[in-house]
Amino acid sequence: MAGPVGAAGKGDRFVPSLTERSRTTRRVPGTGPPRRSTGHGAWFLVLPALLPILLLSVGPLLYGILLAFTDAQSGRTAPTQWIGGLNFRDLWHDTLFWESFRIGLVWAVGVTVPQFLLALGLALLLDQELRLRWLARALAIVPWAMPEVVVGVMWRLVYNPDAGVLNETLRGLGLGDGRDWLSGLTTALPAVIVVGVWAGMPQTTVALLAGLQNTPRELHEAAAVDGAGAWRRFRTVTWPALRPVALAITALNFIWNLNSFALVYVLTSGGPGGRTRLPMLFAYEEAFRYGQFGYAAAMGCVMVAVISVLLALFLVGRLRGGDRT
Amino acid sequence: MRTSRAGRAGQYLALLGYLVFLAFPFLWLVSTAFKSPRELGSLHPAWIPEDPTLANFRQAFDEQPLLRAAGNSLLAATGAALIAVLIATPLAYVVARRRTLLARAATGWVVVSQAFPLVLVIIPLFLVLKNLRLIDSMSGLVLVYVVWALPFALWMLVGYVRAVPAELEEAAAVDGAGRLRTLVSVTAPLLAPGIVATALFAFVTAWNEFFFALVLLKTPEKQTLPVVLTHFIGAEGVADLGPLAAAAFLATLPSLLVFALIQRRITGGMLTGAVKS
Repeated sequence: MAGPVGAAGKGDRFVPSLTERSRTTRRVPGTGPPRRSTGHGAWFLVLPALLPILLLSVGPLLYGILLAFTDAQSGRTAPTQWIGGLNFRDLWHDTLFWESFRIGLVWAVGVTVPQFLLALGLALLLDQELRLRWLARALAIVPWAMPEVVVGVMWRLVYNPDAGVLNETLRGLGLGDGRDWLSGLTTALPAVIVVGVWAGMPQTTVALLAGLQNTPRELHEAAAVDGAGAWRRFRTVTWPALRPVALAITALNFIWNLNSFALVYVLTSGGPGGRTRLPMLFAYEEAFRYGQFGYAAAMGCVMVAVISVLLALFLVGRLRGGDRT
Repeated sequence: MRTSRAGRAGQYLALLGYLVFLAFPFLWLVSTAFKSPRELGSLHPAWIPEDPTLANFRQAFDEQPLLRAAGNSLLAATGAALIAVLIATPLAYVVARRRTLLARAATGWVVVSQAFPLVLVIIPLFLVLKNLRLIDSMSGLVLVYVVWALPFALWMLVGYVRAVPAELEEAAAVDGAGRLRTLVSVTAPLLAPGIVATALFAFVTAWNEFFFALVLLKTPEKQTLPVVLTHFIGAEGVADLGPLAAAAFLATLPSLLVFALIQRRITGGMLTGAVKS
């Protein structure tokens, strides 16, 4: 496995300066470095990272959950009041929210599944001794490196009804005049899903490729000698080794996709007629266009709850399906 | 391993399909960026611009303050990357070398922080920063980017620290080197490439970021590149395609360059982080 140990670079400032402190509080004379023990010095190393995490990540999360039970609004002078579960009761009856939520699920599943299958195919190809592999590896990174906004802009150019390459290709193949993909009521969601798949494929491919390179070659060869076909080798040798990585990346992809914002914001801003209004866009509008902080926070809570339940079901189901985790 | 001739052909065909799918949107972006306005209006757009021109780039700089926006992005991304690595490296060292409650809590936070929707974080964050008078300020944005980049930075750095064998440190200690000496002359040189890769990754993440910048920065003079790019798209979704493509192309170049530099290390870091924890 290609570990990051490599050419010795220049010494680094931070590591030494920090451990100097740990040395004063905890010094193990002569023996090996301390492991499996907590020196008080460790706190000095940890504090610089812990403070911002607590202040700007953990704190806001808890605060956000509390906000969901208040009537907090932006720019209001009257004090914010506790309103108990009122936001959630309103949400329950908010058909626009549930429609947005349904679209969010369609989007998340519609992106995550093809993303996984396509990435698996590409990873299997890149694991072979093929020519042009370097080019594919390099290209596979491009969507990852790009700003999401640029990905959105780029696909707007592809989908553009007049100057876009998609319609031009369709016209060239004699498949009709094409259409305005991003404004069509039926085509908008599939069109943005394709973009989502394109944008998210690299991470998945890289993770799966890493998993593949961990599968034991000898087993593979032994199975081939025993006359196992490609499909059998995949099922009995490759997949069991790949499973943990595949599960982890799929779960993460699902969460990331359900939370995505920039891509669709740039492509359609949620249109036409709300057909691509993902939950994040909905909550963003609620919070920062209409100033309903409490209500938007409640939406966030519902999303967390649903994500947790879905993931728990998915992981339990998957883990039970195999003997190794 | 043996693969039949037909199988090989199939594999190359599939690879070709992937290459086309991955490359064509980017090629189209580049092509559009260099087309003349007349050609952009034509009914049959071609892949290769007939008379390539830089007019779109000039117009893009005229229409929007791209240079200032790029400067803002550079400031935010550099600040975030440096601070994130500075505070994440010690934590990563502790997490990797000592199996404590803290280490487990840190790993748990990395996972949980991925699962929470941004909406739930952004509203309270907005209110907290407002009370600290850090809304609409670069320092506020940098702070947010630091915290936002921390989970992945920590994840990668833990992998890099683990890849430095503890036995090396122990050997140095046996040879009489103190803790400080060991870290300076044994650990740090081996860790440095990983730290650089992590910093560069954090840089790209912050350079590309859109949502926080959109919510937290209001003054046009302070906005970052991705936010300014969206200004090319009008209210009705009508955009001047040429300048839009030109600006988008330029905004991507730094990310692509940095990513090309660190590609191997990133994948290596993800791998070690994933396999060993």
